[in-house]
Amino acid sequence: MKRLSNLKFQIIAFCLLVPTLGLSQEKEKPVQDVELEIEAEYRYFLDEANFSDQLDHYPSLAMSPEYSLEWNKGYESINFTGFFRLDRDDERTHWDIRELYYQKAKGNWELSVGLKKIYWGVAESNHLVDIINQTDAVETFDGEEKLGQPMVQFSYITNKLGTFDFYYLPYHRKRTFPGRKGRLRFGTVIDKDDLGYESGAEEWRQDLAVRWKHYFGIFDVGLSHFYGTGREPLFVFDEQGNINAFYPVINQTGLDLQITHNAFLWKVESIYRNADAQDFLALVAGLEYTFSNIDGNGLDIGLLGEYLYDERDELSLNALQNDIFFGSRIAFNDVQDTSILIGGITDLESSSKIFSLEASRRFGSNWRAEIEARIFNDIDDSELILSNFREDSFLRFTLSRFF
Amino acid sequence: MRKSKFLIAIFSAFFTVAVGFSQSAEERGLQIAKAAEKADEGFGSSIVELKMTLKNKNGQTSERFLTTQTLELTEDGDKSLIVFESPKDVKGTATLTFTHKVGADDQWLYLPSIKRVKRISSNNKSGPFVGSEFAYEDLSSQEVEKYAYKFLKAEGELLLVEQDPVDPKSGYTRRVVTYNKDKGYRLEKVEFYDRKNALLKTLTYSDYKLYKNKFWRALTFNMVNHQSNKETLLNFGEYNFGAELAEEDFTEVALKRVGR
Repeated sequence: MKRLSNLKFQIIAFCLLVPTLGLSQEKEKPVQDVELEIEAEYRYFLDEANFSDQLDHYPSLAMSPEYSLEWNKGYESINFTGFFRLDRDDERTHWDIRELYYQKAKGNWELSVGLKKIYWGVAESNHLVDIINQTDAVETFDGEEKLGQPMVQFSYITNKLGTFDFYYLPYHRKRTFPGRKGRLRFGTVIDKDDLGYESGAEEWRQDLAVRWKHYFGIFDVGLSHFYGTGREPLFVFDEQGNINAFYPVINQTGLDLQITHNAFLWKVESIYRNADAQDFLALVAGLEYTFSNIDGNGLDIGLLGEYLYDERDELSLNALQNDIFFGSRIAFNDVQDTSILIGGITDLESSSKIFSLEASRRFGSNWRAEIEARIFNDIDDSELILSNFREDSFLRFTLSRFF
Repeated sequence: MRKSKFLIAIFSAFFTVAVGFSQSAEERGLQIAKAAEKADEGFGSSIVELKMTLKNKNGQTSERFLTTQTLELTEDGDKSLIVFESPKDVKGTATLTFTHKVGADDQWLYLPSIKRVKRISSNNKSGPFVGSEFAYEDLSSQEVEKYAYKFLKAEGELLLVEQDPVDPKSGYTRRVVTYNKDKGYRLEKVEFYDRKNALLKTLTYSDYKLYKNKFWRALTFNMVNHQSNKETLLNFGEYNFGAELAEEDFTEVALKRVGR
């Protein structure tokens, strides 16, 4: 099995490599690495479905193969990560190339060309400044899974002025919404193909982004700007009450700041987004404090608190417009890397609350089990987005095997 | 001119020796620590792979593989990059540490699953490193400024020095370190005493190898916890001193590159 997949990837990678390998192949033997993760998942929704055709039980299988080839002492490489999921919801059955890129680093610069995943930001409860990749919205509720984004990324490292990242993003990928049988959806099923673009170039609009990141002692600062088709669709209601949803062209400026002082992490993320149809500011600010090695055996208990603000109010897609997040991260630092994250988000203006729990533990050296729970509690009728999910509290179990 | 310089050199050498006999245990301890630091000066940078074997009190073992890159700096502490190769669910997890001679270290953690770099607090010095018997502070760069010293005794070529951590967040009241004066002041053994001043752990270095005729590197570290009866063994591969790593190899960009 392993040998077979190894061979297949070798062929694929070899085809991709031929143009780039010629230059440096005489220097060193390339190092290759093949990994495969297979995951069994079971999602169980506790309450009776809000909309017709929705189900309660969702057994699912996913796999993620990885291949990398490094040469020139690791300063040049080809990297591939694929993803496939099979689910009872047809829209959640999906595949993606998470990453497939060539990378070269030399001295104070690094270049990546291909599909890649980029993360920006410091906060835990909401990822505002993180905009390069489209969210894989059917994969997880927290939005931390992303689709591979085609790009050319150039990083320039300076001694005194920090790091500058330049991104050329030639293609936009739409967000996938749950299908008819899926949970965590709106009353009407949104087909991603029904959503249009503001730009006449549609998905081929050539987008740009830049980010500056530096640290001064205990301060880590990032400043970013994105100009292009937004990753979040915009829902506009006309006078007849019809919904018009499309991907607008936006300018978004983002700031992320973390101050790391003793056991305190102070965090701020803020964005200002500007489009023809919409202008708004959003902010998340908070802190993380960790009591470490409490029992002398490595038990760490972290406390998290964040305030979330979004000027879009109820139109904000993630429904975090004026909310407080509180949570606790418990890490046992044991051989199995056992950890638990519990938290809740509560709306300051209504009764709406979401509670969550994520726990994971390794078994042996190649297995990992996870438990996730999301509980929607007392969701206010006035919540335009969240009210659709009020019956969608769920438990999720996964078991992963790594090869 | 040249002659007078020579005389000064002779005189100061004599003076140092003379003072050596009358110096306090504190001074002699510090002198040994500085001699050890000096003996290892000039390695530039190194890359080494290692296997960490965790053994619980029933003898059950669990392994992990790591790669460590180190950049030597003289004005401030060293920079290091640690990457996990296994267990596979954490493969690619990496840390970047800037050690400081005075004050808290700067540390960043890379989480490969979401490609996130997170600045983390270096406050947690006494906690175990990935479930092992090594605390974070045992694995960080051993800068002279981080301890107060007291020479205890000499046993032939072995010099025993007590080291008291300057940082109150350390998990130890003291460490008793055995240096080998004839082998470039390499470390042979460290005994760790907990906050109650009870013997907690013993770290033994073995399979020493001399690189470039100057740098001693132990290829085996064995840490035994006397209170829990757990053990952690580190087996190092061959050190690579020829990679000529630079500051750019110890940046957030490099952290993401090595973790992928």
